[in-house]
Amino acid sequence: MTGTVKTNTAYLDYLLRIADSSLILGQRLSEWCGHGPVLEEDIALANTALDLIGQARLTLSHVGRLEGEGRDEDALAFLRAEHAYRNVALVELPNEDFARTVLRNFLFTSLQLPLWQALGSSTDEELAAIAQKSLKETRYHRSHAADWTVRLGDGTDESHARMQRALDYLWPYTSEFFSPTPEDEAASAARLGVAWPTLQDAWEAQVLPALATATLKVPQRTPFLSRGKQGVHTEHMGHLLTEMQYLQRTYPGGTW
Amino acid sequence: MVTAMTAERAWDVLSRVPDPEIPVISVTELGIVRGVRAQDEAIEVVVTPTYSGCPATEAIARSIEQALLEAGASSVRIEQRLSPAWTTDWIAPAAKHKLNAYGIAPPHSTIEPTEVAERPIVFGPRGIACPRCASLDTERLSQFGATACKALYRCRACREPFEYFKPL
Repeated sequence: MTGTVKTNTAYLDYLLRIADSSLILGQRLSEWCGHGPVLEEDIALANTALDLIGQARLTLSHVGRLEGEGRDEDALAFLRAEHAYRNVALVELPNEDFARTVLRNFLFTSLQLPLWQALGSSTDEELAAIAQKSLKETRYHRSHAADWTVRLGDGTDESHARMQRALDYLWPYTSEFFSPTPEDEAASAARLGVAWPTLQDAWEAQVLPALATATLKVPQRTPFLSRGKQGVHTEHMGHLLTEMQYLQRTYPGGTW
Repeated sequence: MVTAMTAERAWDVLSRVPDPEIPVISVTELGIVRGVRAQDEAIEVVVTPTYSGCPATEAIARSIEQALLEAGASSVRIEQRLSPAWTTDWIAPAAKHKLNAYGIAPPHSTIEPTEVAERPIVFGPRGIACPRCASLDTERLSQFGATACKALYRCRACREPFEYFKPL
């Protein structure tokens, strides 16, 4: 019995990683609402945020049902402590500027594409349905981010410098995408999910040519490894959650 | 005298429930109603979302419920189903003409997303006809319009901006 429970916990963590990464990036992108450099981009980022939060809602609801402890999407989104979030650290980093925002979207959605593709044939039918739905949206998110990555990277001196600075800052956090974990092994063995380390080739095949076209220099890999997937977050996560959870923490059960 | 609520009648009622964002087409023409079941006067409707983040999803569920109750259903249950995922190919052909007349260029076939997936960089599809003057000399201003399902375009011939319903 213990074995079964353990597998379930590992799979719930695997699902939470997917849900939380969408949720936290959606929260970050929504910070742009009303602050975009031009109206069209303000709207584009808000639309992307909505899709990401939609993906998170579907996945969190699924986690709540599998867990069977009566937690719904809201309880999971708003009432967990920082260490219970399983998102990769990349998505919680501050937006800084438009360059870092679109480059992060490009790096992350290039991971989501092969991920959703693989999860589309998960033996977990609900996850497969979420993945098939999300894949279609992510194609547009990534194409938007890729366009801007090339435009700004291969743009003016100022835009190029900002994109290179963003890449130097973000790149070390992408190592976490592919670090092996027991959750990946368990999900893959049960054919519920794909082991993220196996997505690295597909990710690089998408990312490296576009960065080259954008005339950006890819930094060397270092031993640095963030551990958001294990619930160990950067200093920025607490601030993000304070804002995101404020209403439910202050007025428990509040609705409108 | 209220006519008995059958599945057939429920479909008819739903064919007059407009999409809240694009009121010229109905929820059935949009292709998001995937099934209707009737048991006595109780109706069960299966709907699928267009985009997972579409803010209209809940408004649509409410208007479906209201329309059926007003038409005589004793109760309405709405089930959300994700699979198979909605595609713009499910928009009825007649509705595509209505979209165009409304000023929204209807979606091309779903060839484009595959291209998007295979090519790292795409600066927007070309050859989207202006819904006003039908010119093909148009350009994309933004990949996202007022809603996630539409992109913003401009016609270089008549200089008018318009929206393009993106294939999904």
